[in-house]
Amino acid sequence: MAFYNDPRLRGIFYQIVLIAVVVWLGYEFVINARDNLRAAKIASGFGFLDNTAGFGINQTLVPYAEGDSYGRVFVVGLLNTLLVAVIGIVLATILGFVVGIARLSSNWLLARLAGAYVELIRNLPLLFQILFWYLAVLGALPGPRQSISIFDEVFINNRGLFIPHPIFGQGWEIVLAALVIGVAASIVLRVWAGRRQMATGQPFPVLWTSVGIVAGLTLVAMIATGFPITFEKPVLRGFNFAGGLRVIPEFVALLLALVTYTAAFIAEIVRAGILAVSHGQTEAAYSLGLKPGHTLRLVVVPQALRVIVPPLTSQYLNLTKNSSLAVAIGYPDLVAVFAGTTLNQTGQAIEIIAITMAVYLVISLITSLLMNIYNARVRLVER
Amino acid sequence: MTDEAANLTLARTELLAAKPPAEPGGLVGWARRNLFNSWFNALLTILSLYVIWLLAWPLVKFVIIDAVWDGAGRDDCLADKVGRPVGACWPFIQAKFKQLVYGFYPPDQYWRVNLVFFLGAALLVPLLIPRIPHKPLNAVLFFGVFPVVAFFLLVGGVFGLEHVETRAWGGLLVTLVVAVTGIVASLPLGILLALGRRSEMPIVRMLCIIFIEFWRGVPLITVLFFATYMLPLFLPNNWTIDALLRALVGVALFSAAYMAEVVRGGLQAIPRGQYEGAMAVGLGYWKTMGLIVLPQALKLVIPGIVNNFIGLFKDTTLVMIVSIFDFLGQLRATFSDPNWATPVTLFTGFAFAGIVYWVFCFGMSRYSLFLERRLQTTHRR
Repeated sequence: MAFYNDPRLRGIFYQIVLIAVVVWLGYEFVINARDNLRAAKIASGFGFLDNTAGFGINQTLVPYAEGDSYGRVFVVGLLNTLLVAVIGIVLATILGFVVGIARLSSNWLLARLAGAYVELIRNLPLLFQILFWYLAVLGALPGPRQSISIFDEVFINNRGLFIPHPIFGQGWEIVLAALVIGVAASIVLRVWAGRRQMATGQPFPVLWTSVGIVAGLTLVAMIATGFPITFEKPVLRGFNFAGGLRVIPEFVALLLALVTYTAAFIAEIVRAGILAVSHGQTEAAYSLGLKPGHTLRLVVVPQALRVIVPPLTSQYLNLTKNSSLAVAIGYPDLVAVFAGTTLNQTGQAIEIIAITMAVYLVISLITSLLMNIYNARVRLVER
Repeated sequence: MTDEAANLTLARTELLAAKPPAEPGGLVGWARRNLFNSWFNALLTILSLYVIWLLAWPLVKFVIIDAVWDGAGRDDCLADKVGRPVGACWPFIQAKFKQLVYGFYPPDQYWRVNLVFFLGAALLVPLLIPRIPHKPLNAVLFFGVFPVVAFFLLVGGVFGLEHVETRAWGGLLVTLVVAVTGIVASLPLGILLALGRRSEMPIVRMLCIIFIEFWRGVPLITVLFFATYMLPLFLPNNWTIDALLRALVGVALFSAAYMAEVVRGGLQAIPRGQYEGAMAVGLGYWKTMGLIVLPQALKLVIPGIVNNFIGLFKDTTLVMIVSIFDFLGQLRATFSDPNWATPVTLFTGFAFAGIVYWVFCFGMSRYSLFLERRLQTTHRR
């Protein structure tokens, strides 16, 4: 065989060529970037992170002022992204499970309604939905004076959502500690009840006891410390509300769109997962005398979760990545304040976009790492 | 007769138990079985009916019953001026229709856009209907020849066609250009990446994994920012790339990574015997892949590919964030026209755009379902 027909040598040759091309491209990029930056008189390096930002941000989870640095802007943006992602994931999961189970309901009308929801939402672009909620729905809300009020506690108007603001008075730490102890006690109880049931077969009403422990302990602590946690109600003063906690309309619109959109996908995942558990499992559980509730909780759901969780995580990732669409309506997330405003002010595109992409990549990698661990744990052990 | 009956050895001594009362048939019986078979289901039914009444009825009322069907300006869509509740303001869409479809393409050149639309449809429809023959030729025409023809038709500057800058493009034209380019570019690129990821050459495999996981790990927006702000810095100073082209590069790379994962799923589903069989008859790598493995693998993942296309189509809206006026971008631009500023303008615009996007995406997803069912017949166990 001639040496140029040896697949191993050929492979090595191709790979050397590929590396050469990649290295050459990288070299060209660096040289060009250096020349272009020099020509445009743009600074390079990460020194800009210490410079003064000089612009305001309308939602900050940590203290921030215009005089703070771009590094601070990055932190504020990242926290805003994480805030909308975490709340969105929780709400989308709840809504998605409800809709997914509703689609499988024996009630014809409900199943069709859930199906219509999924088909409507899944087939419209997310950006379209964000703009719809922001411009059309929230934009049509009345001004502060004609606010829609819910029990005079929560107010909705075109300036945002105003909710009571909790104020932590003296001794609130004790209440928090009581709550934590209650939760810990419930977990211990649950483990104990599980062990006892395995050993003796006797069930224990874990749920109601836990609720009693947590609520009771917290209540006792509240009474003992004289109700340290109070709520400051939003009050209409002049043309706007004072007091209370203001949730900016951008946040509300983004959250609504992300939750309804992702929930439609989660619903389909849940439906597929439940359908993947063969009907024989349910029938076997019934023939053993399990109640429908127990069958669902102990037989169907654990098996369905194995199918549901991997695509569910990728939906969570999608939601986090999709939260970057916030830039279209001006919600101050990482992309809007950092890759948007900061980039426009400093012009340091390479550093800023690299940082932004790295943040999302790290989130993705951590999630897929956790996912792999979970998958290894729940994997069907086959003989 | 009576004698014969008396002689029978087998006679029924007990009467049959009375049959249960017949279930009410028709609509009432159906409703009782499916909607009101328990108190909980009855509650759910009533709740569902309430939700439908709350959402569907106002929608129908807005889009059809109360809608204004013709008019010349905002006065025709104001409740005070018309003297009745006003729903959708369709004259607004009529007035803005050309802007929504062509953007700011010169009106005397609309025929070029129309010709491209027509050519695309004429090549795509036979490609989608399984019964029509000559699929390979059709595919080559659609994926190979059509993009080139469309490019010269739309850009112009040759054959006596007037040059039209991409800055003037907009509306549905841009949406479709981005979507079709993404589709046409991402499929071959995705196949190559998927093959690379399963290659036995470690460096090729590693580079492909890095490429795929990188693009899949970042949001499309940052990819578009990358293409808009960062890419020009990496290219020689004298190269100027068109803004639309930059976005197209970003979209193509992004969707290629997703496509690669779909194709990889198909490749993994092909049994080893197929590779070994191909090797045994003396086929090389490219022939094995091109003639044996890929045709089977791609067929398996057609629904996944179509789903990817749906995602890509929806994602085209993101180009508006880097100031390219696609359909949604144009829609947003029309809202600022004071001549049509009414309380219903926004809802009208969103209703129209929603219908357009929904028809495209829903059509694609139904087609994917149809294919799935059609392909299942040959793989049914």
